[in-house]
Amino acid sequence: MTTTKQLNHKPLSHLDWLESEAIYILREVAGQCSNPVLLFSGGKDSLCILRLAEKAFRPGKFPFPLMHIDTGHNYKEVIDFRDQRAAELGERLIVRSVEDSMQRGTVVLKSPDEPRNKHQSVTLLEAIEEFGFDCCIGGARRDEEKARAKERIMSFRDEFGQWDPKNQRPELWDLYNARSHKGENIRAFPISNWTEMDVWQYIEREKLELPSIYFAHQRDVVMRGGAIVPINVPLTNGEVINPPKAGEEVINMQVRFRTVGDITCTAPVISDADDVTKIVLETATTTITERGATRLDDQTSDASMEQRKKEGYF
Amino acid sequence: MTKQHNDTNHNDSLLRFMTCGSVDDGKSTLIGRLLFDTKTILADTLTQISNTSKKRGMEAVDLSLLTDGLQAEREQGITIDVAYRYFSTGTRKYIIADAPGHEQYTRNMVTAASTANLAIILIDARRGVLTQTRRHTYLAHLVGIPHLVVAVNKMDLVNYDQAVYDKICADYLAFANEIGLAQSKSAEGNDISFIPMSALNGDMLVDRLDNMPWYTGETMLEKLEAAPAAHSEHEEPFRFPVQFVCRPHASDNHDLHDFRGFMGRIQSGTIAVGDAVTVLPNGYTSKVKAIQLGEDKLQSASTEQSVTLLLEDEIDTSRGDMIVKSAEVIEPVKTIEAFVCWLSETPLSPARTYIVRHTTRESKAKVGTISYKVDVNTLEQQASTDLKMNDIARISFKLAQPLMVDSYAKNRSTGAFIIIDESTNNTVGAGMIV
Repeated sequence: MTTTKQLNHKPLSHLDWLESEAIYILREVAGQCSNPVLLFSGGKDSLCILRLAEKAFRPGKFPFPLMHIDTGHNYKEVIDFRDQRAAELGERLIVRSVEDSMQRGTVVLKSPDEPRNKHQSVTLLEAIEEFGFDCCIGGARRDEEKARAKERIMSFRDEFGQWDPKNQRPELWDLYNARSHKGENIRAFPISNWTEMDVWQYIEREKLELPSIYFAHQRDVVMRGGAIVPINVPLTNGEVINPPKAGEEVINMQVRFRTVGDITCTAPVISDADDVTKIVLETATTTITERGATRLDDQTSDASMEQRKKEGYF
Repeated sequence: MTKQHNDTNHNDSLLRFMTCGSVDDGKSTLIGRLLFDTKTILADTLTQISNTSKKRGMEAVDLSLLTDGLQAEREQGITIDVAYRYFSTGTRKYIIADAPGHEQYTRNMVTAASTANLAIILIDARRGVLTQTRRHTYLAHLVGIPHLVVAVNKMDLVNYDQAVYDKICADYLAFANEIGLAQSKSAEGNDISFIPMSALNGDMLVDRLDNMPWYTGETMLEKLEAAPAAHSEHEEPFRFPVQFVCRPHASDNHDLHDFRGFMGRIQSGTIAVGDAVTVLPNGYTSKVKAIQLGEDKLQSASTEQSVTLLLEDEIDTSRGDMIVKSAEVIEPVKTIEAFVCWLSETPLSPARTYIVRHTTRESKAKVGTISYKVDVNTLEQQASTDLKMNDIARISFKLAQPLMVDSYAKNRSTGAFIIIDESTNNTVGAGMIV
């Protein structure tokens, strides 16, 4: 009788495993898709993906360009960081702006101060058509929101960019199916299985640099509808947006951002965590989910993320 | 190593497991309880589900709502898909695949099982071993989950009576023996274990509580913490499907002019610098010159690591080829025999040509013969000429391109494939090579 030989190597640590899986997914995109693009906002999740892409493809160039869909209402610190990082990597960065879609008339705001996050979908679809991208790599995670818990690693979108939860491909083993017909699109999520904690631990381990607004800083804010709302925020073009409304008391407090997006719908949290190690600790002890306290756009209804995804949102 | 931070930082492994059972067995409550007791559920989520519980006229907070998914599903009051949940204990990170257990959802269970290393099979203590228990066990076994934990739930409703628990364990083992599971599992070093619990009260989940002093075995969390995490716990031949070839010659760096890196994830086994390798299907041989992971150069690498291999010789290799050790070469094949679970609403058409994706390789495939279908409830074999959604059958395929396969029982990576419908690009079947 033969006896089975036990393995002499240790299983991978959780970060090594997640890293390896993400590298594998990025290489599957490169191997299966003819014209993919990596969505890069300058936020922490997409910065992790850039690091993973380095590990996946260096010493070669990335087999895809980077693209940011800019709402025009992004924090200056994040936009500057985005440009700096793309330049350091020597990779091509495409920027398409919601404001261009507004000029074309394809995005119409209900009011000038309406949050623009959901309108990114329109600009994204226009960019996909312009460049003929067959796959967009994004930093969405399944732990972010319950409409994401059933999201595929390779998520299929039809010609209108729509996500139909009932028409998704089963995903078995690590045999991902990223095939698409012309006009259709795959959204690939290499860090699907990561939690907010995993992201911060990875940032710590890999010593990744981040935009300064992720760390505790002093900022003028007002309290609006139970959330902390940053006011008088400067944009890259010199404009200053989000003035306080009449009767609101402006407070200067120490805050940081847990998630970064359109200024009008991303709220900071009170924090004195000014380095990554402190943020890891804070993440371990927080009592509020990442989007719970900070994403004003997810709170409209129980199903608002699901709704936006059906309309082509990331 | 510095240990300046919080305990949750030190997950030194990752375990993927699945839960088999219906809502009636307390599956959602079990998951909700694990998330709740490991403090994964944060205050705002709890507020949200307690509001929903009230809205639906429930008195206590319904932990099963934590796994309640999409609006589309809520409207229909059912779960139609596999959801993934995460928690971590400080020593280990867990990924739970939560699939509905109902008969119509065989395909979802197979999907969830494909990535799981452990399955919790829930039995209602009042009802004992049922048809669905047999179905769940068969499917978990078919998809090769090495560790089964049979959880006899709702012990609180049978007065925590040990006799009830013992009888269910005996019944289950008798059934497992009947389908040859107990023997074959132990031969492969795999296992079945039992636990009495009450997910509702939390008995034997994370805390022992004191209702069942007669049970001295591990709690559910202790079992999860102790289960082997590795995808495979035994030495397997080295299998490295090439995903992507890195040839940065176009860049302006002359040092890289001759760089040719074969990128992929080690599906099984280990490799070290200097090992003699063969590239299949062509059979070229060479030696491993270097192993890279990012900027790091490794002396050796093993299962589940994504690496770049550099070989001593210039060999024409592309995506879909497989690098193996020269001492462990497999013969490429153009016919395969497999158990197939059909996933699509459109039945299999024996007249059509499909695409089989195996590792990083694709081939056109035609159905040879359908030997028989398996009734997942009675496990009876039935003659059949068709295959509909949720059916499982033993089928042979003829392939246009050779594939480098192992049997699924030996290797869950190189023994697995998916079937793609070329007209829709949908994934329509899942195969496990005999």
